[in-house]
Amino acid sequence: MKNSYLIAGALALCLAAGSVLAQDAPQMLRQDDMKAIGQAMGQLGAIAKGQKDYDPVVVEGALSSIADHARDFPTHFPPDSKSGNGTEASPAIWENMDDFTGRADKLAADATALLADLPADQAAVGKAMQTLGANCGACHEIYRVKN
Amino acid sequence: MKRITIGVLIVAALFMGAAFIVAFTPPKLDPDDLHNIADANLQNGEKVFWSGGCAGCHAAPDATGDERLVLSGGLGLDSHYGIFHAPNISPDKDHGIGDWTFYDFANALKKGIGRHGENLYPSLPYTSYVRMKNQDIKDLHAFIMTLPESSTPSKPHDITFPFNLRQSVSFWKLLYFDDGSPMQLTNAAPDVLRGQYLVEGPGHCGECHTPRNFFGGLKYDHWLAGGPNPEGGGIVPDITPGSSAIGDWTASEIADYLETGFTPDYDTVGGDMVEVQKNISHLSRADLEAIGAYLKAIPAQ
Repeated sequence: MKNSYLIAGALALCLAAGSVLAQDAPQMLRQDDMKAIGQAMGQLGAIAKGQKDYDPVVVEGALSSIADHARDFPTHFPPDSKSGNGTEASPAIWENMDDFTGRADKLAADATALLADLPADQAAVGKAMQTLGANCGACHEIYRVKN
Repeated sequence: MKRITIGVLIVAALFMGAAFIVAFTPPKLDPDDLHNIADANLQNGEKVFWSGGCAGCHAAPDATGDERLVLSGGLGLDSHYGIFHAPNISPDKDHGIGDWTFYDFANALKKGIGRHGENLYPSLPYTSYVRMKNQDIKDLHAFIMTLPESSTPSKPHDITFPFNLRQSVSFWKLLYFDDGSPMQLTNAAPDVLRGQYLVEGPGHCGECHTPRNFFGGLKYDHWLAGGPNPEGGGIVPDITPGSSAIGDWTASEIADYLETGFTPDYDTVGGDMVEVQKNISHLSRADLEAIGAYLKAIPAQ
């Protein structure tokens, strides 16, 4: 009886450890970064399309979120994270790590530049999205695989 | 017995002769069909250029901005028949198509025939361009002739036997080259019809989004149903209303995606579609909405 408690306890511990590990897995962390950037883009997009009123606080929040997450993003690509956890990362990332990191930094730099010269109305937010969005497509073209 | 043998030989010879004629004399356009076309309109030619995605393969692979108007060629399409290298189609007379007449150009796009009467490979998507209006082709030809010349030599294709024999393409064309529309839409609204033209003609969406059989022929009964990527790796998504990827997008959301590269969830375009989106985003909003309307009007797969 005691043994079975022990086994159950050990199992529970393993499971808990497993879930912590999965959450902290680099694949998950970088996916969280991308999700956060997508969310921020969504806030900008709603303003650009006129679905939401222009609000400088929202624009600033979205831009700093993009800058932060873009800077954090390339730090989550250790060599042992090429597969698993539903990753869509292309193997090309690890063959061209400098270029890959440079592209993430470029997005962060573009967002930071926009923070310094905050888009002042709906049209400017639309233009900012084009600037930022060009980074998204350029990088996803070579470094993301869809299967 | 002897007579039968001779008979068989004659039939075989006739058959081979017919095959020879098919292989070596691929049909060209009737020049009379190209009369009565208005003078070229460069502005429309530019729109056709972007809707056809010409720069996608014929600009140098790493070209950006205005460099994308230099059609020096260079992209390699890696298929399981080998690698097709997009040639130089800039107006350079030696290395490009500067010497080509409108008739030559139209034969390439609508018949898959090169300037010397030779077959072109369907890596040039004439299987879609065949549905283009002659006026659009005339405008496109005139527009391309205004672009910068490039003296970069075209690379020869790197194709395996027997596909490396251009004559073999004649038989492929007999089987798979169909100028009809893959979709019969009854009582369709004008925007749906415009979208149909853009998708099935210049946009050549079906070339990747429709699965192919073993010999590379499109499976028209699975029109736009997606499948394995014909060049490179991965899966090309279904883009009919039954799609798990975009089936629940509205026509406007499809237009937004083509215009901005953002999905309704603010994920972004990726893979080979990045290049496509870059080209197609030059179209008018009305044309992008028309593409969306057509994709909503076709049957789910």
